[in-house]
Amino acid sequence: MTEEIIIAGFGGQGVLSMGKILAYSGIMQDQEVAWFPSYGPEMRGGTANVTVILSDDRISSPVLHEYDTAIILNQQSMDKFESSVKPGGVLLYDPNGISRHPERKDIKVYRIEGTRLAAEMGNPKTFNMIVLGAYLKVKPLVEMENVKKGLEKSLPARHHKLIPLNIEAIEKGCGELETVQE
Amino acid sequence: MGELRLMKGNEVIAEAAIRCGCDGYFGYPITPQSEVMETLMIRRPWDETGMVVLQAESEVASINMLYGGASTGKKVMTSSSSPGISLMAEGLSYLAGAELPCLVVNVQRAGPGLGTIQPSQADYFQAVKGCGHGDYKLIVLAPASVQEMNDFVDLGFELAFKYKNPAMILTDGVIGQMMEKVELADFKPRWTKEEIQANCGDWACTGKKDRKRHVSTSLELDSELMEQNNLRFQAKYKEIEENEVRYEMIDCEDADYIIVAFGSAARICQKSMQIAREQGIKVGMLRPITLFPFPTKTIEELAGKVKGFISVEMSAGQMVEDVKLAVNGKVPVEYFGRYGGVVPTPGEIVDAMKQKLIGG
Repeated sequence: MTEEIIIAGFGGQGVLSMGKILAYSGIMQDQEVAWFPSYGPEMRGGTANVTVILSDDRISSPVLHEYDTAIILNQQSMDKFESSVKPGGVLLYDPNGISRHPERKDIKVYRIEGTRLAAEMGNPKTFNMIVLGAYLKVKPLVEMENVKKGLEKSLPARHHKLIPLNIEAIEKGCGELETVQE
Repeated sequence: MGELRLMKGNEVIAEAAIRCGCDGYFGYPITPQSEVMETLMIRRPWDETGMVVLQAESEVASINMLYGGASTGKKVMTSSSSPGISLMAEGLSYLAGAELPCLVVNVQRAGPGLGTIQPSQADYFQAVKGCGHGDYKLIVLAPASVQEMNDFVDLGFELAFKYKNPAMILTDGVIGQMMEKVELADFKPRWTKEEIQANCGDWACTGKKDRKRHVSTSLELDSELMEQNNLRFQAKYKEIEENEVRYEMIDCEDADYIIVAFGSAARICQKSMQIAREQGIKVGMLRPITLFPFPTKTIEELAGKVKGFISVEMSAGQMVEDVKLAVNGKVPVEYFGRYGGVVPTPGEIVDAMKQKLIGG
């Protein structure tokens, strides 16, 4: 099994940390992982994206031109990455702020109202975990137990009190996933 | 088994330095390698092992601090990115001329000039042919994974001390910024005074007592003697070429074509190989791990068995010259690269291979 994912959105949405938690969860179940961020001047308030690869085998390129899954969290990223999903692959997106919805017919499309649900939970910072939950509903590649361990590993000890809230957000995301086309 | 972590390449350089008993890090921040010093400052190794971490006033100061530290037999290192390494060129030549061991990490960005902070491999010539003046060589290691970033810190020091020569880890923004699973090395204590005496006693300036004075210098005004020094350096480089070549061969047994690539380009090319093999093209890869010494003999041997080579680099074509020298006209040698901070995609490389090497 190899899963190649791009997570793309605005800087500040928790794109990079979501990728890191996913990668750590993979390590917890003995997978090979790679996490490769876009870095540079565009990160300041602009778009941020990260490639995450989970695999049972040695990982080759961290730089990819097509992905099994694209998790898209703003319009710029939709414009940039919709065409990079492999035929038959998955596109998961938050419709908040999206004016042009996905058009491809040869991929599976799912929605998660992450922005709205995070506001309802009273903490906008839970946004990325809601989206992660939705992703794990589509592709249950890592066990929830290992996601918990991944959270423990990637969050500094002073933030461990927030783990239950993060788990709640992940479960919320799992429950609220909407299927657009399969 | 050592401790497993998910870390960035840059962070691993810092952690590996602490764990391998490094005595001092001297550096100046520059993207995309600033996490090296940042991680060291957060880790505070001076409390743990006594390792010195110092932000110098410039790259020129950093490399000369290495000269001072290395002269006393200490394990010292610095890291920087391309424009910063250019500033260190003079110091590197002096270190090589005085035969001093040290470790320099170059997390390359695209040039020339200040260029951009995005990844590049365009400092190959600078690293391998010598960026400073005079006939000297650096021992150059090219990691292709975060794990190798960890492993090559200790290896770099080992080779530097074995040959009394500066060693360089030549990597780039891709490996520096990427996080992968890494098995960290176990802690090794820093050398004691007695160990420095045992390992470097015949040259290090450790305080003269009952012996001849040791002088760390690259200066020798008598040209006859300076030629003798150069002959000694050249003999040493030859010894390094004979004993320290490291490389990885992937799927070369049945290959018609060979990709030669190092570092992050080699990772991208592994994906290209998978794609090409699915299309029935028998392609293998030679990944030089040491860029100096270069795996010349291995390439020469392969040249007798395959139809052609392609050197894939994030530069305008530098390593391809060394591949051509090794192949020596036996079969075609092509080049493909993206540069200026653009990273080639696996698909692009397959297309280039078909177009340039296979025809069609």
